[in-house]
Amino acid sequence: MAAASGAATTPGLYLQAQTRWHPIEFAFWAATLAPFLLFPNHLALASQIAITGLFALSLDLILGYAGIVSLGHAAFFGLGAYTAGIITKYGWGEPLVGLLVGPAVAGLAGYATSFIIARFRHLTLIMITLGLGFLLHEAANSAEWLTGGSDGLQGMRIGPLLGLFRFDLYGYTAYAYSLVVLFVVFLAARRLINSPFGLSLRGIRENALRMPAIGAPSRSHIRKIYTISAVIAGMAGALLAQTTSTVSLGVLEFQRSAEILIILVLGGAGRLYGGLVGAIVFMVARDQFSGIAPQYWYFWIGALLVTVVMLLPNGILGGLAQLYARWQGKSS
Amino acid sequence: MSTPALSTHGLEKSFGSLVVASDVNLAIPLGARYALIGPNGAGKTTLINLMTGMLRPDAGKIRLGETDITAFSPGDRVKRGLVRTFQINQLFPHLNALEAVTLAVCERRGVAGKFWRPLPAYAEAVDEAYAILGSLMLAPDCYRLTRELAYGQQRLLEIALALATRPKVLLLDEPAAGVPREESAELFTAIAGLSQDMTILFIEHDMDLVFRFASRIIVMVGGSVLVEGTPQEIAADARVREVYLGGEAP
Repeated sequence: MAAASGAATTPGLYLQAQTRWHPIEFAFWAATLAPFLLFPNHLALASQIAITGLFALSLDLILGYAGIVSLGHAAFFGLGAYTAGIITKYGWGEPLVGLLVGPAVAGLAGYATSFIIARFRHLTLIMITLGLGFLLHEAANSAEWLTGGSDGLQGMRIGPLLGLFRFDLYGYTAYAYSLVVLFVVFLAARRLINSPFGLSLRGIRENALRMPAIGAPSRSHIRKIYTISAVIAGMAGALLAQTTSTVSLGVLEFQRSAEILIILVLGGAGRLYGGLVGAIVFMVARDQFSGIAPQYWYFWIGALLVTVVMLLPNGILGGLAQLYARWQGKSS
Repeated sequence: MSTPALSTHGLEKSFGSLVVASDVNLAIPLGARYALIGPNGAGKTTLINLMTGMLRPDAGKIRLGETDITAFSPGDRVKRGLVRTFQINQLFPHLNALEAVTLAVCERRGVAGKFWRPLPAYAEAVDEAYAILGSLMLAPDCYRLTRELAYGQQRLLEIALALATRPKVLLLDEPAAGVPREESAELFTAIAGLSQDMTILFIEHDMDLVFRFASRIIVMVGGSVLVEGTPQEIAADARVREVYLGGEAP
C-alpha cells in the first residue's frame, strides 16, 4: 500500500505530495461559505463557531503537534479579548487595531510564561497552566477599574470594520470577518506544520527524550510554538470581544479552557482541522441541546464526549480518516 | 601520540552506596573501533550516560578532543560531535523513517526552527537524510511509519538518527540488542562500513561480534576498568577469563 506507492517516488516528491491540498480541504472551505446562503439567521452562531475553531487551532499547535497539554489556554484568549475591548474605550475603535494589539499582549504573556512551560511535561504542566489561568482570572476580577470585574467591561465602542462595515444585528460582518481571519491564520498554521519547525514539534511530541540526543533545542522550540499559540488564542479572544461587543470574566474562566480542550479532542488533535470540526459539532450540539433542555445540556455534551472518545480514540477526524483509508484500500 | 578523540579522567559516579563508575580513565584515539564489554551491572551504559551528559559525574573530567566537555549539556555535546544510540529504541513512532532522519539533519543544519518554507524546499537536507537511510539499507522502507518497521530496521534507524548529526565520536549502546544472531552480523557489517574518520565505541555481549569488529576492547567490572587491550590480549588475559569469560578461552 503506502510503502509500495512510495517506492516509485523520490523523497522530494513524496514530501511535496504530503503538503499538497486535498480535494476534501477545498470542499471544507467552500462549505464554510454556506451559512451566508443557507442559514442567514444563524450567522451569529457561525461567527462564534469560527472564533472557537480559531481558538481550538491555537491549542492544536501546542497539544496536537508538540504534545504540550494545557488546561489554562483561556488566559490568552481572555487577554486578547480584554485588550481588544479596553482599547476601544480610548478611541481605538477600528477592529483591525484590536486584532493586532490584543494578540500582541497575549503573545507577550505567552512568551513570558513559555520559559516555565518549556521546563515541564504531563501532569505538572496541566497543574501549572491551570494555576496560571486561575491567577489571571482573579487578577481580572480584582482589577475592576480596568476590566469592570464581575460586571463585565463597560463602555466598549467598536467602530466599523475598515471604517466601512458596521457589525450588523444579523452577523453578516461578524461572520465574514471571523471567517477571513480564521482562514488566513489557518493558512499560516498549515505552512508552519509543513515546515522543518513543524517536523521538530512532532519530534518533541513523539519522543522528547530523543530530541537532545540528536542535538535538538526542544525548549527553544517549545517557547516559540507556545508564543505563537498564545498570539492565535489572543486573536480569537479579540474577535469575540469585537463581534459581540462584550467582554466578561467568562473569557478567562476555567470552563473555557476545559471546553476548548474537549472541542479539540472531540474533533481530533494533531490534524489542524480537528479543532474546526470539533467546534462545529460542539457549538451546534450546544445550540440544539440547550434548545431542548436549557439546564441539562451539559448532560448531552458529556454523553457525546464519552461516546466519541471511547469509539474514536483519535477524535471524529481520526475516525473519518480511518474510514477513508479503508475505502481507498478497497477501491484500489 | 596525538590527542585522543574522547577521553575520561578519573571519572566517578555513585548512586547512594552503589558505585557505578570508579576512577575510569580512558583515551580513545581518532578513528578507533572500541568494544566495551563486561557483565550486567558493570556500569557500561552508565559510562555512556556520563560521557553524553545524561548523568553528571561526581568527580572527574571528560574531554572531546582538546575540549573539556564535563559541564556541557547533552545537546551541546551532540553539536560538538559526541553522539549516542540507545539500547532500548528511542525513536519517533509516528514519524516515518525519512521524516525522522530529515528532522535530525535539519537540526544539525540549523534550519529546524524555520517555519515559513515547506520541508520539500530544504531539498539538500531531505536528500542527505535519504542518502543516510540508503547507506543503512533503509531507503526502500523510508516512507513507512517507524512503528511499522521490522525490529531490525528500527535498530538501524537508531543508528541513522545518530549519523544524521555527523558524529565525530559515536557511542553505540548494544546496537544489536534483541536482533537475531544472523541479522546482528549484518548490522555490524553496516557499522564497520562507516567512515574511518569516525571514532566508535560500542557495547556488545556477543563475543564473536566483539572479536570480529573491535580493534581494541575495554573490560569493565563493578564500575571500574579491569583491563584494556587488543582482542588478542583480552583473549589471553587470565583476569578477564576469570570474571567474564567463565574461565574458557573464546
